[in-house]
Amino acid sequence: MAQEYRLILQHADEPGYTNDIECYLRHGGYEGLKKALALEPKTLEDGSVKSGPEQIRDEVRTSGVRGRGGAGFPAARKWGFINHNSGKPIYLICNADESEPGTFKDRQIIYKDPHQMLEGTIIACYANNVHLAYIYIRGEFHEGAEILNRAIREAKEKNFIGKNIQGSGYDLELYLHRGAGAYICGEETGLLESLEGKRPYPRIKPPYFPAAYGLYMCPTIVNNVETLCCLKHVMLMGGAEYAKLGTPNNTGTRIVCVSGTVKRPGYYEVEVGKVTIRELIHDFAGGLPEGRSLQAVIPGGSSAKVFRAGEKFQIKKKAGDGQETVEMDLEDLPYDFDTVVEAGSMSGSGAVMVLDDSVDMIEAIANIAEFYAHESCGQCTPCREGSLWLKKALQRLAHGRGRKEDADYILRIADNIPNGRTICAFGEATAWPVQSTVRKFREVFEARGAEDEARRARETEGAGGVGKEMDVAASSQP
Amino acid sequence: MTNVTAERQEKSAVETVSVWIDGQAYDVPKTMPHPVSGEQVGTTMIQACHMHGIDVPYYCYHPKLPVAGNCRMCLVEFGTPALGPDRQPLYNEDGSPQIRKSPRPVIACATPISPGMAIYTQTPEAKQMRESVLEFLLINHPLDCPICDQAGECKLQEYAVDYGKADSRFVEQKVHKPKQVDLGPRIMLDDERCILCSRCIRFTRDIAGDDALGFADRGSYSILTNYPGKPFDNNYTLNTADICPVGALTSKDFRFQMRVWFLKETKSVCTSCGTGCNIMIGSRNDRIYRYTPRENDAVNSCWMCDYGRLNYKWINREDRLREVQQRRDGAPAKTNWSVALKEVAERIESSPSGSIGVVASARLTNEELYLVRRLVQDKDAITDSVPRMGEADHLLVDADKNPNTNGAHATGIAAKKVGADIATIADRIRQGKIKTLLVFGEDVTKHGIEADLLKELDTLVVSDILPNATTERADYLLPGCAHAEKRGTFTNAKGRVQKFMKAIEGPGDARPEWEFLHELVQRKTHDGGSANLPALFNEMAEQVPAFHGLSWGELKDTGAQASL
Amino acid sequence: MPESHPNFEVPSQLEAEIDEVITHYPEKRSASLMVLHALQDHFGFLSKEAIEWAAQKLELQPINLYELVTFYPMFHEEPVGTYILKICRTLSCAVNGAHRLHHHVCERLGLDPNSHASQTTPDGRITVEYAECLASCGTAPVMMCNAAFYENVSNEKADDVIEECGNNGDTETENKEDV
Ligand SMILES: Cc1cc2nc3c(=O)[nH]c(=O)nc-3n(C[C@H](O)[C@H](O)[C@H](O)COP(=O)(O)O)c2cc1C
Ligand code: SF4
Ligand code: SF4
Ligand code: SF4
Ligand code: FES
Ligand code: FES
Repeated sequence: MAQEYRLILQHADEPGYTNDIECYLRHGGYEGLKKALALEPKTLEDGSVKSGPEQIRDEVRTSGVRGRGGAGFPAARKWGFINHNSGKPIYLICNADESEPGTFKDRQIIYKDPHQMLEGTIIACYANNVHLAYIYIRGEFHEGAEILNRAIREAKEKNFIGKNIQGSGYDLELYLHRGAGAYICGEETGLLESLEGKRPYPRIKPPYFPAAYGLYMCPTIVNNVETLCCLKHVMLMGGAEYAKLGTPNNTGTRIVCVSGTVKRPGYYEVEVGKVTIRELIHDFAGGLPEGRSLQAVIPGGSSAKVFRAGEKFQIKKKAGDGQETVEMDLEDLPYDFDTVVEAGSMSGSGAVMVLDDSVDMIEAIANIAEFYAHESCGQCTPCREGSLWLKKALQRLAHGRGRKEDADYILRIADNIPNGRTICAFGEATAWPVQSTVRKFREVFEARGAEDEARRARETEGAGGVGKEMDVAASSQP
Repeated sequence: MTNVTAERQEKSAVETVSVWIDGQAYDVPKTMPHPVSGEQVGTTMIQACHMHGIDVPYYCYHPKLPVAGNCRMCLVEFGTPALGPDRQPLYNEDGSPQIRKSPRPVIACATPISPGMAIYTQTPEAKQMRESVLEFLLINHPLDCPICDQAGECKLQEYAVDYGKADSRFVEQKVHKPKQVDLGPRIMLDDERCILCSRCIRFTRDIAGDDALGFADRGSYSILTNYPGKPFDNNYTLNTADICPVGALTSKDFRFQMRVWFLKETKSVCTSCGTGCNIMIGSRNDRIYRYTPRENDAVNSCWMCDYGRLNYKWINREDRLREVQQRRDGAPAKTNWSVALKEVAERIESSPSGSIGVVASARLTNEELYLVRRLVQDKDAITDSVPRMGEADHLLVDADKNPNTNGAHATGIAAKKVGADIATIADRIRQGKIKTLLVFGEDVTKHGIEADLLKELDTLVVSDILPNATTERADYLLPGCAHAEKRGTFTNAKGRVQKFMKAIEGPGDARPEWEFLHELVQRKTHDGGSANLPALFNEMAEQVPAFHGLSWGELKDTGAQASL
Repeated sequence: MPESHPNFEVPSQLEAEIDEVITHYPEKRSASLMVLHALQDHFGFLSKEAIEWAAQKLELQPINLYELVTFYPMFHEEPVGTYILKICRTLSCAVNGAHRLHHHVCERLGLDPNSHASQTTPDGRITVEYAECLASCGTAPVMMCNAAFYENVSNEKADDVIEECGNNGDTETENKEDV
């Protein structure tokens, strides 16, 4: 039976563990930061000197930590794009917008162990010569904001934030910034615009890569809450030791959120790649309700491409010095960054949504499409118009107004949104679930459309041949 | 060093790089000036394509605005030189460089070029992307073309023909948005037509400096709006109607007046201030319907102020002077040009030296002022113009409301500060020294020569366009033409000589001033010089030092610098 | 269009709070969301006067803030119910009874259960609306009542929440996590 490996959530759910600084300190809190601040400059063989922050960046590189926010981009590589000699301030933002449907891991950290997140953030700031940082928290986390504000106050009082932190000479200001109900503020450049007080319209890249032209056009790092928490453990364990957790290129632990039609939905921290999708569903989440069978899995938040139960994948595996390709069943896929991508989807934000055979896939995808239509910022044409069109078409089909050609009709809309046609990855997020669902469940869509047409034909006959005008599904959003 | 040579030198200082566009190599400058800051920034793909005449369609891009990159109409495919393991470029057998094509398209309006880059604007994928963007833009667009003012100038309509597929597959309900929104005193908005390109927002914020427009709501329900209750009202609002690629923003003045394809377009310049913004006059059947700005980077970029744009109605006025008149027995009577010009020429010729005063408006053209000067040059006449000073702004509007003050200086009509000699003229009339006054295009009773004083004169010759207290008192009244009714040049506040063409005919007997001035000079000196405008300009350029080296032909559409 | 708020006045304590939050940012405009939150928390909605006051405070044009107020669903241009019930409608909640919950709440409050739009009871007390994923999909279905958050919401639990709204007078619910 697969086991959790609790590193970040080691204490969060322990009885008696509270989210104040005293409790955190009793559990070894801020030791990672102290260790980071204590690093002395090191003279290398070639005579060059490595500063403390540079040594931390090296440790993070060794640890192999990859971003937990969605893209799985190696944290050290992202930091490597920062130019430390631009003469401009460098900013860091902790992305606590947690809005990807299916994801509720950052919430656990924020509500139950806020100081761990602060510690990780402060370490990242120190490592990157950041003196002003923000936490961008989604607006609906009212209590989360209060908890974090209190935690920031406590950390200030104990001189983990502020001037001359722990006597190191390092200064850092850290503030909390609240969103107000927009998924797009999780996209890093939308977040930056929001933080600048503008409409959260994601920026065009090029030229506005955050590492070069981020907040106030200065070099900026945006990292996810969980990514930043990993750093505390990298500091304490050392990068090499941390990298032993998980699997090669997919190191450390990950908090996986399982939801949908499972008996025990919840969050499970596991070593990356050490558990399979089957284990996540059955061992951790208690399996499907009695008498139900698996229909689909959305492996990385609602933006990910859908897997259909029974799908087989050709996965490359290391074999000796070379590689071999093995066929794997969906449920046997190890849940890591690379394998899920190889299987044609992504582990994204670490949210596994499980759908059993009681769920109408057309309704499910119409539900997801409604999310994207509601959340599209509306800046660029394909996403703005495509997301609403998809929602309308899918709801029409879901509400019994389908047509035989709807599968193709929907696919053609969805195919015109992604692959670089839009400003930000929201375009892909809108299209991928629809494209994959329609392609993989094509017969369901075709049958529904045919059924609806046949029924309408019968009704028309019954009404004496008077054609009833097709009343297309109206938008449900004002 | 003139501006032109400075510009040239700066250009040659910019490095060029070679790029491939649709399989052909082109040289392009590595950087170009930013439309707002003027700073040199990387040349974009769309700039590279457009400068070589290669079409890349676009909506949100505008050469004079910061880039937004939101419409996605300009998506192209591209590639970069393939490098071998030694990081050296790889070549095909025919010696051409190997290109590694990017799997993702990019927007040409925001993507900088790099050496050896290949841009593909015509691949099936590029065409398909355009088609699909157009389809997306059209699904919620109302079928308004038959009643839309933009029809004929609409980029949605145009591209739908050029790049679109006729069949829209959309069977859902369209999004409905506000129509006929009163955005401000001069602008109407139809939100259903708006394609959310943000050009108008960027213009008013980044160019006009009035951050007055924005988007409300989100997603497909987004609308362009002003702040409720705060009208969109600055002196540049009408430029947003020009740059709106569709018919969402329209000029209240021009709405429903005339289908644009019926309009004749004539190159001209605005006469409402010393800037001399380049314009197009839209006319039909000798009636003016609108002015629109015409691009000239040395003067007005592609903008003009609302005041200047709307200041054309006087030309269409009913009470325009149409008759040549001569005072007989104290009352004005109709006469004809040949009688009037003959008598006026004789009066001038027979006037003793020092007995003639001239007030010639700085709204007259360079050629006309030059001819006025010639007409009286052997008579020791005192000449001047009327000053018209007001407020300048940060963008285009000049404090001088005369369009040709520098022409008045250059031709010697206003030798000193404009208006400095008007008091002297008045004094000499009072002293009985000046007996003949020639007035061109000014109501002198409002500018220092009172109506009563005019009674002291033997002869008052007046040419003007509209009636006023001076024209009422004329012994000879010569109806003149507005700039739209003739050709000529002005010298703007920065010394740029700009020509304008004739859009419409003057009313009744009215004639362009330069024509009858030429005739007067001819009658008086028997050497009238050139009888057509281009030749007249060239003659003036030889005679007037400030215009040396200029020729009518070389003024082209955007003018040339005088040496003041 | 933001509603007008006659006699709008920002109490000095709130203004001091706002002035403090502005110091968190190198550029005043960045404080926009935080200032709007503070004003809405106090006044219940963002009136024309509130938007214009904030614009002046932040040295912005009112349109700059109007663009935000209309973008973010958490901001209201006109008064809404004293209590706002937000029911998550996204997939994990949907397959675990979100629609059942919405239906129940609407019926109980005399609102249209089939409407997806935001609806307020005639007495202006309670607004019911759907929200997108509230990041608690493991305890679906979930809902919020103002700042308070409720998980695994059965019809009975929803009744209790509504009951409390009825008994609480006009004060806002305190932040209360339901565990
Ligand atoms: C539409 C969209 C929404 C996103 N939402 C979130 C989010 O809520 N939280 C988050 O951490 N990252 C989110 N991301 C990813 C961020 O853009 C960014 O990649 C991430 O914060 C980087 O952190 P990491 O490298 O630590 O993963 C989103 C991305 C997209 C395209
Ligand atoms: S892809 Fe969608 S969310 Fe992203 S910028 Fe375009 S419209 Fe906005
Ligand atoms: S009104 Fe015209 S210029 Fe302005 S955003 Fe809409 S389409 Fe663009
Ligand atoms: S700035 Fe002067 S020249 Fe230009 S349009 Fe306005 S009035 Fe005419
Ligand atoms: S013209 Fe390039 S995106 Fe609009
Ligand atoms: S789907 Fe309801 S909280 Fe995520």
